Amino acid sequence: MQLDSGHGKIADFIRANQAKVLDRWGELVQAAVGSRISAQEIHRELEEIFDLVVRSMSDADESARGELRAVLGELSRSRARNGFNPTETAMGVFSLKDAVYELVADAPDLAGEYVDFARMVDDLGLLTFETYTAAREQIIADQAEFMLELSTPVVRLWDGIIAVPLVGTLDSARTQLVMEKMLNALVDTGAEHAVLDITGVPTVDTEVAQHLLKAVMAVRLLGAECTISGIRPQIAHTIVSLGIEFGDIATKATLADALAYALGRSGLRVGPA
Amino acid sequence: MERVPILRIGKTLLVTIQIDLQDDIVMQLQEDLAEQIVATSATGVIIDITAVEIVDSFIGRMLSAVGSMSRLFDAETVIVGMRPAVAITLVELGLSLPGVRTAINAEKGLRLLNGRT
Amino acid sequence: MDDLPIKVSDDIVRVRQQVRAAAAACGLSLVDQTKVITAASEIARNALVHGGGGSARIEPATSPAGRAGVRITFSDSGPGIPDVGLALTDGWSSGNGLGLGLSGARRLVDQFELETQPGAGTSVVVAKWSR
Repeated sequence: MQLDSGHGKIADFIRANQAKVLDRWGELVQAAVGSRISAQEIHRELEEIFDLVVRSMSDADESARGELRAVLGELSRSRARNGFNPTETAMGVFSLKDAVYELVADAPDLAGEYVDFARMVDDLGLLTFETYTAAREQIIADQAEFMLELSTPVVRLWDGIIAVPLVGTLDSARTQLVMEKMLNALVDTGAEHAVLDITGVPTVDTEVAQHLLKAVMAVRLLGAECTISGIRPQIAHTIVSLGIEFGDIATKATLADALAYALGRSGLRVGPA
Repeated sequence: MERVPILRIGKTLLVTIQIDLQDDIVMQLQEDLAEQIVATSATGVIIDITAVEIVDSFIGRMLSAVGSMSRLFDAETVIVGMRPAVAITLVELGLSLPGVRTAINAEKGLRLLNGRT
Repeated sequence: MDDLPIKVSDDIVRVRQQVRAAAAACGLSLVDQTKVITAASEIARNALVHGGGGSARIEPATSPAGRAGVRITFSDSGPGIPDVGLALTDGWSSGNGLGLGLSGARRLVDQFELETQPGAGTSVVVAKWSR
């Protein structure tokens, strides 16, 4: 978006007709957003951008351009937060071209410079689109993380016995989260038994088995025992045929079995009332 | 040179590691522990690493070495208070600290040691 | 950016402290901080023990995807690593001592590059990014 000193005429023209351009631009943007944004808010936003656009057209220094990028980025993020789609935001920027064109149409000597000006405004509009996309992608990433957190609860089965029922695939990111939550729960509760239930884990291959092993080892480093429960018959078959050895780690078919086992190891027994 | 103090609670020696250990202090601690185990006929050693933020393979080997050494004198070592971040890093490093038992804190560690008599 | 010397074992503690400061400053989570500091400790120790001493440079950096993080460059002018493949393998479950330094450290970081020439020293660059 370079406008060198050979394009001073259109910069002067726009500055001289500042109020008209700003008002017309404001009208066009208001027409598009309707009542979703107040007139004062629009005027305030556009005035700031307009000022920077004019400055960056006449100055050779980078600061106005840098500020302009920052302000447009912020505009884009704020519109994204308020549910506007990126086309609406970009069109808002593009309509500055229309506002200027309406005045320039009667001045044929500005035609050449207008084209460069229009190109500059195009770049600014696209910038808002790029910022919008980056902002939405961040929201998606944050939501994915939130979902990961939600799907990894730690429950207290009994005094001194905690469990994590896993639902879904176990990759290294999930394993790390599981370890963090289990270990923090061990510190908070002083529990000496943990159960990792994999009933909801669809496949157990060598990689998943290694993740499970890591989790068990981490629990042991904090002085607790860890049992793996929820070994379905199909999974047992896969584990055996892959040659995975769980060594001295206790494994049970169901969470109930694991609870009974942990209770036994705690010196407790369940009997009739 | 700073030395890590060794406290005595009955037949158990308690070592609380508070600082970022430099190598020579680590070596000195191993020596001091060996001496003290023999001198006091201790049957248990508790190493409290609640305040330790980093356990690399050198420190990890030291902890395992203390475990092996104490067993030579028929004493058992319990590492207590390992931080979750440290445990996660150790398993990623592949260090399982064989030969030492663990507990969540010194109180449970003591109970573990006394339970065996 | 000054280089930290790694000439005596006390220098390893200094490397850890500087890496901690840098890691905390760029917003790494506690577990990620612990991992990168531990990796730095391993590699610094390797430079000292096998490389005859060297230096470390710790600096803030940005990942290709734009995440803030820390990058550490270790160099030593020791004998170099004759069999890199061997030095970087070990069963992760074998944790009983020798040879863990580099392979273990690699698992703890996001970026790990090693250059070595027999007789001309070794350089290791690692980086950890915030999530």
